[in-house]
Amino acid sequence: MKERKNARLILSLLGVAAIYFLGWFIEQRSGSKSMVVTVLQKGAVYALIAVSMNLLNGFVGLFSLGQAGFMLVGAYTYAILTIPMAKRAAVYQYYDGGWVQFTVGVIPAMIAAGLIAAVFAALIGIPVLRLKGDYLAIATLGFAEIIRAIVQWDTIGPLTNGSNLLKTYPTLKNIMPGNSVLFVFLVVGVCIGLILLIINSTYGRAMKAIRDDEIAAEAMGINLFHHKQMAFVISSFFAGVGGALLAMYQGSLQANSFKSSMTYEILLIVVIGGLGSVSGSVIASFLFIAASEWWLRFLDSEMLVGDFKVPLLAPGFRMVVFSVVIMVVVLFFRRGIMGDRELWEIGRRRGAKGGRIQ
Amino acid sequence: MFNQLLPYLLAGISVGGQYALIAVGYTMVYGILRLINFAHGDIFTAAGFFMVYLSASLPPAVSIPLVIVLTVVLGFTVERVAYKPLRSAPRMSIMISAIGVSYLLQNLMWYLTGGLAKQYPVLPGLSETIRIGEATTKVVTIVTPVLTVALVVGLVMLINHTKIGMAMRAVSVDFETAQLMGIKINNVISVTFIIGSAMAAVGSMLFFTNYTAVTPTVGAMPGLKAFVAAVFGGIGSIPGAMIGALIIGISENLIKAAGLTAFSDAFTFALLILVLLFRPTGLFGEKTTEKV
Amino acid sequence: MKKLIALVLAVMMLVPAFALADNVIRIGVFEPSTGDNGAGGKQEILGIEYANSLAPTITLGGEEYQVELVIEDNQSLTDKAVSAAQSLVSKDVSVVLGSYGSGASMAGGDVFAEAGVPAIGISCTNPNVTLLCDYYWRICFLDPFQGTVMANYAKELGATKAYVLTMLGEDYGVGLGKYFVDAFTKLGGEVVEENFTEGTSDFAAYLNNATAAGADVVFAPCATTYAALIIDQAAAQGVTYPLLAGDTWESSVILEAAKGKNVKVYCSTFFDENDDGAAAAEFVSGFKAWLNENADKKTNNGGNDIVAAVSALGFDGYNVALAALAAADSADPAAVAEALPGVDYTGVTGNITFDENGDARKDMAYIKYANPETGAFDFVKTQSVDD
Repeated sequence: MKERKNARLILSLLGVAAIYFLGWFIEQRSGSKSMVVTVLQKGAVYALIAVSMNLLNGFVGLFSLGQAGFMLVGAYTYAILTIPMAKRAAVYQYYDGGWVQFTVGVIPAMIAAGLIAAVFAALIGIPVLRLKGDYLAIATLGFAEIIRAIVQWDTIGPLTNGSNLLKTYPTLKNIMPGNSVLFVFLVVGVCIGLILLIINSTYGRAMKAIRDDEIAAEAMGINLFHHKQMAFVISSFFAGVGGALLAMYQGSLQANSFKSSMTYEILLIVVIGGLGSVSGSVIASFLFIAASEWWLRFLDSEMLVGDFKVPLLAPGFRMVVFSVVIMVVVLFFRRGIMGDRELWEIGRRRGAKGGRIQ
Repeated sequence: MFNQLLPYLLAGISVGGQYALIAVGYTMVYGILRLINFAHGDIFTAAGFFMVYLSASLPPAVSIPLVIVLTVVLGFTVERVAYKPLRSAPRMSIMISAIGVSYLLQNLMWYLTGGLAKQYPVLPGLSETIRIGEATTKVVTIVTPVLTVALVVGLVMLINHTKIGMAMRAVSVDFETAQLMGIKINNVISVTFIIGSAMAAVGSMLFFTNYTAVTPTVGAMPGLKAFVAAVFGGIGSIPGAMIGALIIGISENLIKAAGLTAFSDAFTFALLILVLLFRPTGLFGEKTTEKV
Repeated sequence: MKKLIALVLAVMMLVPAFALADNVIRIGVFEPSTGDNGAGGKQEILGIEYANSLAPTITLGGEEYQVELVIEDNQSLTDKAVSAAQSLVSKDVSVVLGSYGSGASMAGGDVFAEAGVPAIGISCTNPNVTLLCDYYWRICFLDPFQGTVMANYAKELGATKAYVLTMLGEDYGVGLGKYFVDAFTKLGGEVVEENFTEGTSDFAAYLNNATAAGADVVFAPCATTYAALIIDQAAAQGVTYPLLAGDTWESSVILEAAKGKNVKVYCSTFFDENDDGAAAAEFVSGFKAWLNENADKKTNNGGNDIVAAVSALGFDGYNVALAALAAADSADPAAVAEALPGVDYTGVTGNITFDENGDARKDMAYIKYANPETGAFDFVKTQSVDD
């Protein structure tokens, strides 16, 4: 038994190493300009955010739609802390260089991004987590919108730059030049590893118990509020780190893009991957990003096959096809790619049929 | 003082009435299916586009009823295709499906219209301007609250005094038992969606006559606000939805009058959270207990 | 799992292969054709396409190359702009033109800078487009200039109190609004500033606020989608003060909204159709004929053959790109970036040379009035600022 466990561990480590090598290799081969590299970067960032959302929705059964809000907090924290002093006057051109007059390193800023998002989550969680089901969903959605309005508020412009873009902070391409994919993979890998540890701890088992039956879990002596709050804060921490990574990926940052539609996109990734499956979320993120950013892009421009003009192709068609595919998954493959199993569990046991998240 | 506030109040009542007509659809669907129909705001937008395209070739006497019919067909189809297959699935799945439909409808409208704002046609009798006291506004501002109240009263009568209304009430109290009593659940649900969509279609005519640009995402905000109104009024209660919508419409405009324009949307959500925390059943909702 | 792999493979096979044909040079067109700025972006593309139809080839190193336009839609959104820019870069473009809307340009700027591909801003007016990006050049005037021009004009209209309305989260409008406020207060005027949120339809309260504040001019630089609503509701409320805005309002959307209504709408812009310069006149007649020949192009122009200033700028932008390519005598983006600062080109919108920030030295704006009776823009005056 122990030997098999060891073999499995070695196999998993080899698998992870292979993925890292592949990511590094692809970037070296195809250069930073190619779309593959873009997909790998953005896919990894979304993977972390999707896993953090899955932690709440899939493992604790809390239907939260506040992810974009916490990403926004994380992204802004990171950007505000890392914009070089020399550039602040230009970035905060309407606010005399802004209030923040110091710069910290990339890694401390990323941790700060997670922490500040977690603090927001802790404050919001106290009132909101008493709500159930769809009321929780709509309340968290509301908070995300309120956060966005506050960040854009002119009065705190010297901090957030109001409506204007934040730029010139360290981005993926200049943190580890030529190894941007490796950098994202490392950060995302560490974060997802931590989430997996939490899921497999006593805390994680208590979370799953809450998901499966709240009342029974409470009867077993699990403190509902405490565990929900914990999960909410942890999920937001990683959403904050994910937001910081997204800021690095984008190279410029504006509160306006963190709308509820962003949360919906991440929710759809989680559903496509399978609620309650970490590896499912990761796979789905890469597929989702590759399909929407790369493979389906040709649908948006006119195409001539010989003299024949392919019908329907026009700007926006890509997103139509894409959303039809999503609807098909939601309606007919409800368990998503992985159901609630993990990649390394395939063949070990068959997962229970049917959804069990109520 | 009153003269200064009058224009804000007028705008508030008018936009509140339009939210009310959307909120009716939310509250009825939620009352019966316990589903936040995220796609409802997009159905409202689609009604706007139907009008834009139909009125290009048809006179208003034809295009107005046709818009209502098309919107109803759309609402009915969405229910049959995206919600009915998930009847026995967990509630989260249906809600995700609703989000998916909303995503699809928005992208589809984006594609078909080129993502550009379309000018809403002028509806005779609604678009003219009139003076009320110190304020100048469009006729539709006055028509909206009257029409909204009339429709809501009619709807309440329908629910309280007809057979289908009784069936709807029965289904909203207890889904399974109603089914056992021989009520054709699917028909009741379809009727709910039909009424909700028709109301949204009327609401869209009033809304877009006032605010004449139709874009694929224009319905998202009014949709969310109408949902908040439904929660505020007590979800499941139709008069509650109307009163909630009017309160939200008016306070939104008063907040803008106070100079806090950046927070007019945030206010709606803050109100929602306060209501959920201190009176989750809203103004007129019934108290329910969680069953084991 | 097997099914999934099959699906993935099937999708991957659909990926179009971009085989690099010989003797083709690609110019990226980074413009919105959907979203809030879609109408303007389409008109800018038209100018570029028209220029491409007149000059479809270029000779580099003694060999003739076909110039191919690679058009990518940034959807007027800063987050979509990043992936659109990446898509352009991955298709090996030598130089990029666009975008309409400063926010999208700034968001895309980093991608271009990191890939070393030079970009030429056509009508993006926010100073930070070029200031914070070493690979961005621009051929139009800037917002500090434009804001001052409109403040001066507001003063000329006799205004003493201005109401400035911009959209929260939009770089262009908020920035231009700030420059207007600075200039207008410097001229001794009073200002009330307010913001609306994205997706707002109801502008009644804002206009009421303007009236209540006793404003005698409204300055509302924003996307045309919102502009149409503001104009319509201003007419419904019977406001008497004029509405002023920046270059985005020079659009057929505005003309349609203002037509037959009792409103006074003024905007500043880059070019006038009735310019009597020879190059301009030739461009206007040629462009009109081209629009009238191609039905779908005319649709993209808003269904008429009125020449938008951004089309004229797009035309110049394409030719500046060609001039840079010719000066570099190479299709290599790095060489083009090196050649761009030295370009001296006289186009239909005037002479274009770049200063040390990469901005064109332009010091003249055209003020136009949206005539509600004729449904066309009337030229009011040209204005420059001496500072």
